Amino acid sequence: MSSPVSQFKTDATAKAGDLRHRGLIQTALRKYEIVRDVRKGAFQDWEQARQSAAETKFFAINHLDTHLVEFAEKLEARGTKVHWASTASQAREIIGGIIKQKQAKSVVKSKAMTAEEIHLNPALEKLGFEVVESDLGEYIVQLREEAPYHIVFPAMHLTRAEISDLFHNKLGSPETHSPEELTMIARDALREKYITADIGITGANFAIAETGMISVTENEGNARLSAALPKTMISLLGIEKVLPKLEDLALFLPMLATAGAGQQITCYNTMYGGPRQADECDGPEEYHVVLLDNRRTELLADPEQRDALHCIRCGACLNVCPIFRNVGGHTYGTTYSGPIGSVITPHLRGLQDWKHLSNSSSLCGACTETCPVKIDLHHHLLHNRRNASAGKPSVLERLAYRIYAIAVNTPGFWGLGKRIGRLAYPFARFFSGTIYDPARAWTKTRDLPPMPGQSFKEWWKERNR
Amino acid sequence: MVEGTEPMSERERILGRIREALKGRAPLPGHHGEVVENFAGPERETFSQWLPAVGNTKKAKFEAFAKASADLKTDFRHVADEATMIRELRSVAKEEGWIKVASHHTDLTDMACGKLGLPTLWTDGGYDVNEMESCDVGISVCDALVAQTGTIVLTSRTGGGRALSVLPPHHVVLAHSKQMVRDLPAAFALLKERFGDGFPSMMTLITGPSRTGDIERILVLGAHGPKKLTVLCHD
Repeated sequence: MSSPVSQFKTDATAKAGDLRHRGLIQTALRKYEIVRDVRKGAFQDWEQARQSAAETKFFAINHLDTHLVEFAEKLEARGTKVHWASTASQAREIIGGIIKQKQAKSVVKSKAMTAEEIHLNPALEKLGFEVVESDLGEYIVQLREEAPYHIVFPAMHLTRAEISDLFHNKLGSPETHSPEELTMIARDALREKYITADIGITGANFAIAETGMISVTENEGNARLSAALPKTMISLLGIEKVLPKLEDLALFLPMLATAGAGQQITCYNTMYGGPRQADECDGPEEYHVVLLDNRRTELLADPEQRDALHCIRCGACLNVCPIFRNVGGHTYGTTYSGPIGSVITPHLRGLQDWKHLSNSSSLCGACTETCPVKIDLHHHLLHNRRNASAGKPSVLERLAYRIYAIAVNTPGFWGLGKRIGRLAYPFARFFSGTIYDPARAWTKTRDLPPMPGQSFKEWWKERNR
Repeated sequence: MVEGTEPMSERERILGRIREALKGRAPLPGHHGEVVENFAGPERETFSQWLPAVGNTKKAKFEAFAKASADLKTDFRHVADEATMIRELRSVAKEEGWIKVASHHTDLTDMACGKLGLPTLWTDGGYDVNEMESCDVGISVCDALVAQTGTIVLTSRTGGGRALSVLPPHHVVLAHSKQMVRDLPAAFALLKERFGDGFPSMMTLITGPSRTGDIERILVLGAHGPKKLTVLCHD
């Protein structure tokens, strides 16, 4: 098993040079940029909307205890069973336990990044349950036995030809390059699953404290079917999903859709607050909500980076990130990729193992600028760098900087370096970027800039003569 | 199973960690790293001023709804009266060759389905899912139409349950023009006013027919939910 950092470097190098991959991602994201800008432009004031959204999430997170208690009590009053899980394994046990108790055979699941985070599907499959992902993109990556590529567009890295081959091999469907026909193949395959499934599992985009409801955003209707037909419904969500009031959705639903997919509002935004009530004709007999901590409280304990818990998982920061666009989603090796993933993964999975993600950034700030809830993403990458080096300083790096500091503070040294540089430059070309070059990691993909014949100081002197 | 994990104590542990964590104060976003004392939350009455603009006249609202519907590929028909609405419904039924419909009992749907004269699956009091799956259309009423986004608001209590509006391949909404609200904040205010003392177990905002862009970001309608959405609204 390679370490996260070496896996990242290997995959990043491979993906950055993969022109086919680049083409696909650039096309998809260019389409996204165009529609997103149209939708942003329709807002009377997008910047004020961001400020209001940031303040709403700030208030929600900084009173998380009272909001969670209110959320759980309101849900329970409507007959929902609320479970609290400190760790991923507890959450898996709770969900596995419910399914076992119901003697369920099949489980239909709608998209939930939290379930990816706790590796729910492999755990349930180990217990002998069939789990079917019902979101089209998730269904495709599940058939390919890989992780979602992007938190909003899971199958963004695939062409229709690849999806056609996949369906042909796994489902025996005829080959077709029509996205419409491919979608209908999945629709037909999954219809039966909804009707026969015993358990429906969903994630949640928001948890409304005031009314005790989760809110699920989706375009396809798969989550609505998962919440309508099976006899037992389970929703898994991180504790940070809270919004204080029902009417906060009036701001968050269009902002999530705009930032996430360039839509004015997503096709279905559905609030669930309990199992089937006495005066209702359908819906699950039992409803379970599983609230997951999984080290979110550690991030909460860091006031400097607490706003990372404001994240609504729209994926906007991934879409604009030059690193994401070059190395792709899978390279990160994390559940949450892109800038937000680079910020929170070190908190969720260990700073020293994942600190390299903080360096995989150009610090251009595009993520911070695009974030609909104003998370200070690129500064948090710097905070993680600082914390990582404070926790485990690199002796060689410190030494190098010390020598550099002496060199730039001592004119004699600097002048000497300049002269050596000029003499050495003609020879440097021969080994720059080769295995004999100590700075190879940097120079193998970059040209050594030519050494000027005259320094600024020399030029200034000459000019004033 | 669940008992073994002691959910109560885990609840207390998580809440304890949260309370401990919140002892350190975080800066308010947009305030240059400053900790703001006694921040009382956002000013929610301003939300409407940031969201996309919609006029407040009936004409402006219907125009906005019609424009959003065209973008979303919702078939929206604003007609003069109930009789015209029924004529429109019957013409859609004929065009698509409906054999069986699903609906729920309200004065309007009873009348409309009666006029259609087709076998009808009523969801009230429970129904067979396989039978609903075989229906050509789900016909429901709604709680509101939202001009700003072209959205239909309905609930499990008032819209014939959870599946009627999502399982059949076509969803038809019968509405009255008085149900048109201006924007999303107005829609949520209406839900709170109507259900504040006992919310249904499901409330949904439906905006266009089911869709996906998961294959090369190309739009396909009818991913899992209805391929068609028709809104018939009368004055």
